Amino acid sequence: MQAESIEKENWTTILKPKTGWFDINLNELWQYRDLIFLFVRRDFVSIYKQTILGPIWFIIQPLLTTIMFTVVFGKIANIPTDGLPPMLFYMAGTVAWTYFSESLNKTSNTFTANASIFGKVYFPRLAIPISIVISNLFTFIIQFVFFLCFMLFFYLKGAEFHPNKWVLLTPVLLLVMAMLGLGMGIIISSMTTKYRDLRFAVGFGVQLWMYGTPVVYPLSEVPEKWKFLFAINPMSSIIETFRYAFLGKGAVNIDYLAISGITTIILLVIGIVLFSKIEKNFMDTV
Amino acid sequence: MSEMVIKIENLYKQYRLGVLSHRTLYKDVQSWWAKARGKEDPNQTVDHVTLKKIEQTENGRFWALNDISLDVRQGEVLGIIGRNGAGKSTLLKILSRVTTPTKGQIKIKGRIASLLEVGTGFHPELTGRENVYLNGAIMGMTKSEISRKFDEIVDFSGISEFIGTPVKRYSSGMYVRLAFAVAAHLEPEILVVDEVLAVGDIDFQKKCLGKMKDVAEGGRTVLFVSHNMDAINKLCAKAILLSSGEIMERGNTNEVVKNYLKMEFKEDALYEQGEDKNKAINLRKITLLDSARKINAKLDYNKNFYVVIEYEVHQIVKGCYIWFTLKTLDDNIVFQTLDYDLNPSFIVERQCGYYNSEVEIPAKWLNAGQYKISFGITSYHIRYNYDRIDALSFKIIDNNDYLLAEAANRAGFLRPELLWRTKKL
Repeated sequence: MQAESIEKENWTTILKPKTGWFDINLNELWQYRDLIFLFVRRDFVSIYKQTILGPIWFIIQPLLTTIMFTVVFGKIANIPTDGLPPMLFYMAGTVAWTYFSESLNKTSNTFTANASIFGKVYFPRLAIPISIVISNLFTFIIQFVFFLCFMLFFYLKGAEFHPNKWVLLTPVLLLVMAMLGLGMGIIISSMTTKYRDLRFAVGFGVQLWMYGTPVVYPLSEVPEKWKFLFAINPMSSIIETFRYAFLGKGAVNIDYLAISGITTIILLVIGIVLFSKIEKNFMDTV
Repeated sequence: MSEMVIKIENLYKQYRLGVLSHRTLYKDVQSWWAKARGKEDPNQTVDHVTLKKIEQTENGRFWALNDISLDVRQGEVLGIIGRNGAGKSTLLKILSRVTTPTKGQIKIKGRIASLLEVGTGFHPELTGRENVYLNGAIMGMTKSEISRKFDEIVDFSGISEFIGTPVKRYSSGMYVRLAFAVAAHLEPEILVVDEVLAVGDIDFQKKCLGKMKDVAEGGRTVLFVSHNMDAINKLCAKAILLSSGEIMERGNTNEVVKNYLKMEFKEDALYEQGEDKNKAINLRKITLLDSARKINAKLDYNKNFYVVIEYEVHQIVKGCYIWFTLKTLDDNIVFQTLDYDLNPSFIVERQCGYYNSEVEIPAKWLNAGQYKISFGITSYHIRYNYDRIDALSFKIIDNNDYLLAEAANRAGFLRPELLWRTKKL
């Protein structure tokens, strides 16, 4: 009897039926940090190796988007840009938005895209979406440096814009975007295990979301009675702040930023809870 | 007695059959809307195969594992055998944490690593070196651990000169070698192995078996699942036999394997069934007749034999055919044959009466070995499907004197005697 009770204390793992909603093991995730790092490396190396132009793509993408926005929204639709050079205005929005939307898009099919690997070995499933968000960070940095080059170019041409102390907030903005992209992404990926067609709605939904966020227009152009919508949308204050920090036009609203941060944390927590719930028996429903 | 490392307590795993979600939100809404109006669900599947399975179980659920309790002690090499669907894979999946049990629990001491499939997560664009790190990390090693064992892993794989090449340029053999090398160096306290020995050439297989022995002798625990009774016998001192999700037997491997094979194979040349007037068509009797037209389940390779199917048609049936499938003991299909192949009129309409179909299997055709036959009646007009899986089983015996042992035990389902026109030029 005594021997048995001693043995019981030494069990390293106990596999049990899925329990409540808050059965989350973040400790374990930390133990697998090397794996997250290696996934990031894999993503980066494989993108780099598979294309001829390699990382050039990371620059072409925002450049073309910026040019397109400049022509369509700037020249044709004549949407004002707070007096900023249109190219810079759109690029600031695009670079920041792309980081968020790519993180969301890629994490949103975590379960379906990795079904074969999940069916064979166990590791904390969250390692995959987290690694995606981190590898996207590298893409962001490349695009961000490109944006800085653009700023320098416009500065030398004599354009008027004013980077300011809010620039220091950039890492925080990035963190919020990463958390929001991750949170939304894993919520969607958890739901796509049951409803596969949701996957198609994601690309479209993100597109719509972009138009609901001041990416191609400044917040100052939005009529007063609609402004509350932008307080709810966590992305809008982030994009506005980002643009204000680097270009000096727009608005920084601490209240909105705080709401955005809180919404993000709530979504992330919901995401992690849902994800942890789904990951345990996901293989049975594939 | 050594320490207990795995303790399985009243483990159950339930799967649901046929009633899974429709998978698209649109259809779910459609079904819900139809139900709300009291109409029939437009997405209900009337698939007879699943329906039949559902009937056999309670509410369309079935227990893949049914009250399994098992203790495994440190250093034990335990073989797990059982036919397909007995619950072996489910047990391993729970052990390797791919899925969770429905009831009960497993307590584990130490790290558990599974070789359910080697090479998981290999990325074709990455080099061998990069893949070793990635694969190792997926299996739960830290980076420093992998670095420490890296040379050993590469050595074991025997492909050191290609370690800097992307694995997409590897041959499948090289790929498996590298993958197994990583897995073999995991050094977990408990190793779960499922049929990995089916890969690689014989030399490499020997190496793998050797490595598994080392693992076991090093005081670690191995759970080994295989259909290869020879390998089980060689590697494991003890074995358990799973059947329908339950442990049927536990003991010395020799005996468990013997009992398994006995349980698996009962020669049976006769299958009978009573008359059922409610059925439009009713299978009555199936027999195997040897060349002397005697019921016999031990058949001579040199002689032909007959499969005789008797059935009764109570109502005129249309679009109906009788079939049987001949399989090897391990469920490889040798052939399937339908009764309307040469009698196309049968498919149109079948009159009432008692029928007798005789199918001749030629001599010197099926290889020596053990076979099973499944029968069925299928009608797509009235959506009727009736089958008897593995109704008959028999043995083909070859008593010929061959000069070479290889000639007597040749591979393949068939052993046709073919004409070799050979001329000296």
